[in-house]
Amino acid sequence: MRKKLRLVLGLVALALLVACAPNATQDSLKPQGPYADKIHELFIPVVWIAAIVFVIVEGGIVLILLKYRHRKGQERMPAQTHGNTRLEIGWTILPSLVLAVLAVFTVQGIWDLASDPPANAMNVTVTGQQFWWKFEYTDADMQTAAGEPLTTANDLVIPTGRTVYLSVESHSNGSGFEVIHSFWVPELAGKQDAVPGRTNHILLEADHPGTYTGQCAELCGLSHANMRFQVIALAPADYDAWVDGQLGDAVTPGPGTQAEAGMNLFLNPLPNGNGSCVACHSIQGTSAAGVGGPDLTHFASRDCFAGCLFDTSDPEAIAEWLRDPAAVKPGAVMPNYHLSDGEIEQIVAYLQSLE
Amino acid sequence: MGSVSVAAEGSRGLLRRPTANTGFWSWFTTVDHKKIGIMYGVSSFVFLLVGGSEALLIRAQLAKPNGTVLSAAQYNELFTMHGLTMVFLVVMPMSAAFFNYLLPLMIGARDVAFPRLNAFSFWLFLFGGLFLYSSFLLGGAPNGGWFGYPPNSVTDPSVGMTFYALGLLITGIASTVGAVNLGVTIINMRAPGMTMFRMPVFVWMGLVVQLLLVFSLPIITVALFELLFDRRFGTHFFDPVVGGDPILWQHLFWLFGHPEVYILILPAFGIISEIIPVFSRKPLFGYQFVVFSGIAIGFIGFGVWAHHMFAVGLGPVANTAFGISTSIIAIPTGVKIFNWMATMHGGDIRFKTPMLFSIGTVTMFIIGGLSGVMHSVVPADYQQTDTYFIVAHFHYVLFGGAIFGLFAGAYFWWPKVFGRLLSEPLGKVHFWIMLIGFNLAFAPMHLLGLQGMIRRAYTYPETLGLGFWNFVSTIGAFTIAISMLVFIANVIKTQRRPQGVEADPWDARTLEWITSSPPAVHNFDEIPIVHSLDEFWHRKYAEDKSGKLVPVQAGGADHGGEVSHEGGGHGIHLPGPSYWPILVSFGFPLIGYGVIFDWWMAFVGTAIILFGFYGWALEPSAE
Repeated sequence: MRKKLRLVLGLVALALLVACAPNATQDSLKPQGPYADKIHELFIPVVWIAAIVFVIVEGGIVLILLKYRHRKGQERMPAQTHGNTRLEIGWTILPSLVLAVLAVFTVQGIWDLASDPPANAMNVTVTGQQFWWKFEYTDADMQTAAGEPLTTANDLVIPTGRTVYLSVESHSNGSGFEVIHSFWVPELAGKQDAVPGRTNHILLEADHPGTYTGQCAELCGLSHANMRFQVIALAPADYDAWVDGQLGDAVTPGPGTQAEAGMNLFLNPLPNGNGSCVACHSIQGTSAAGVGGPDLTHFASRDCFAGCLFDTSDPEAIAEWLRDPAAVKPGAVMPNYHLSDGEIEQIVAYLQSLE
Repeated sequence: MGSVSVAAEGSRGLLRRPTANTGFWSWFTTVDHKKIGIMYGVSSFVFLLVGGSEALLIRAQLAKPNGTVLSAAQYNELFTMHGLTMVFLVVMPMSAAFFNYLLPLMIGARDVAFPRLNAFSFWLFLFGGLFLYSSFLLGGAPNGGWFGYPPNSVTDPSVGMTFYALGLLITGIASTVGAVNLGVTIINMRAPGMTMFRMPVFVWMGLVVQLLLVFSLPIITVALFELLFDRRFGTHFFDPVVGGDPILWQHLFWLFGHPEVYILILPAFGIISEIIPVFSRKPLFGYQFVVFSGIAIGFIGFGVWAHHMFAVGLGPVANTAFGISTSIIAIPTGVKIFNWMATMHGGDIRFKTPMLFSIGTVTMFIIGGLSGVMHSVVPADYQQTDTYFIVAHFHYVLFGGAIFGLFAGAYFWWPKVFGRLLSEPLGKVHFWIMLIGFNLAFAPMHLLGLQGMIRRAYTYPETLGLGFWNFVSTIGAFTIAISMLVFIANVIKTQRRPQGVEADPWDARTLEWITSSPPAVHNFDEIPIVHSLDEFWHRKYAEDKSGKLVPVQAGGADHGGEVSHEGGGHGIHLPGPSYWPILVSFGFPLIGYGVIFDWWMAFVGTAIILFGFYGWALEPSAE
């Protein structure tokens, strides 16, 4: 009876579990695009099959245990059955058939997801670095005035209803180590590893405008957990407007502002002799052309920075980051430049002016 | 080879052969498979407590979003060491404990084929484990995951992953040597009449596991040497910039790593295949099917490794092939479950603690098996891989399956090993608390993974909405810890009582119960002659024509109590104790330290090993 009670309690707990599941925001069970849908539509029937097998087998065990339990005061010598070949062949073949059916759909799914992108798909190269993501829009109509591909970091902006063909790579560009990462936006697609020396591909698409969070899924060092990003899907018209804004050069701050002082700090060797921002960062339309770190041309137009740990709209967060990157993000590759509070304030102002 | 009763008078050699079979120091020189089995068991249980404590720290850190219990660096060390400990220092050696103690008894042998090699295996495992753990004090523990993927495991600046490579090489030697020894024992040392198909299923699973070890360990050995050379000597096996390939490691690691899963689970399958018949009072249903399905699992286990790599980008052809092979391995596994059910069907089931843990193994393993089938649906795995769904899956297999099974074995054979029955009430309390804690800890992880919680993350933001189930999981982990305390209390209470259990407290079926509990140092006064599967049972009971059991009158059986008289009257020949295995083993970690820190230590280690092997080879017989 205890076992039966446990089963009932378990089912109640399961119902509760589904009912009061908190609002998860990075949920593979809530697909938001055709490629995630394909996986989901395959997964859900498998869950049902598994649930049915679970109930039959576990239920069978419980029934056997109840029916054939030893009862006090009853001395019974059970019949000594040694086996039944026909029965055993039966329960070898039956699961094989179920698995064969599953395999048909599995193979279909594999090849479906590996098919070539549709003709109107846009191309983006994703590069995993310790510990952030670079997105380069490699299509011909996405080039800046300087002939460079439109480049963002941590925010991948896409139009709704159009397939994105991602080329997934891993590079170090001279800062951090070149290690394996894995690109994952659960609501839009499965995972694709970013392997040094290889270019992998994955398709994703969003049905509706929205922000879909993702993160690195392969251990890549200390801040593996902090290597987050987001895919922002915009309605096509909004997307075109976004592209227009991104293709332009960075704004130059007005004379005499904090931001201008910040720009001067940014573009020149730091007064304290510890190096310079432009060694790793580039800003289109200025002399900054470093490649190790994220392109900051339109920094303030993005939602988040440093692997989506912090909001670009939060001056305190940017200041904390500049004060000592590794203190707020373990293993961060950007060094501590020992900037003064005044210098930090100026650079924050400059970064926040980069709409 | 010397007689146990004869002192090693007149022996010559650098070190006299030790003779004591009792007392504290005898444990360091023993070559008795039973004592070595106990040492394996005790060591691996201590490592279980250590690895469990690491799990508690991990769960404490993850109990709430933005946890502050551990730093990122500490977290990476702890989850890596938790995995390494549980796989290499707990489940493998605890299985080795059962194999060591029981295989000779179950096949009617006096010891394993190479007793000194057996001691060597144990000491090398222990020193390898201590070597790994010494990294905490010597510059940082391994932090690249038990799977140690390069380039991360190569580029990491701490010394941890060098300890990883060397530590696993050392324990790998221990496992290889042990596997050869136990494999030869099973094939060559069986009692008269103990044909292969009269061997208990546990012995069969032992044989399969030893073969898996012998064929899979060389693969990881190659990979570990490459990793070591990349880290220490500047080679570039895994560096794509100069033509290496990080995926090479993944193939090598998982070509070992997947058979390893069966190395971990098949011993538990063997254990419960012995226990379920005893407490159902019926023979195992379809013995041949269970044996062949175990062999099939072992074979197919070498053909599924790339299912750990579906998101790597191997392409649709490889993913199709490995998706299908992965689903195929579910078939022999399912066969075993149905056969265990059929064994219980129609039985007279007694819910003693070993039986409860065996039923726990079956019921929990089913859950892990079903989620495993989900992973063979490759597109679904694109979502699930590297998430907590996988963590849930393999804990249902390796904790729900292997650890529950090993506890079943511990309760079942405790009276055989120690001559005392563990307390039944405390055992049942242990079982139920562990079962509840286990499910609280790991069932929510299925949902967490599907809701986007990645593995190996030391923190997660509140916005992901994962806090609630993580908190539940942490409660479950601490509940498991309570159940372990109950087990320890049970052991302490039991061991304080005097010995004096009857030889056969469970009305069992196999040869180890013929002899006294605990067995004499020579196992059997006279080697039994085997006439059937479940030999001991058939000496107690006969079946009438309708399959009904009839107790055999004492002395009335046609062949009951028959023994072999070969060598009879000449005393029982047993190997004498030896200093050499522990001495030789000691040289290996020294080489490890030498590679990491300073070469002179490696030279000392090598000298000890060479000297030790000469001494070992030339060791005089104690006779």
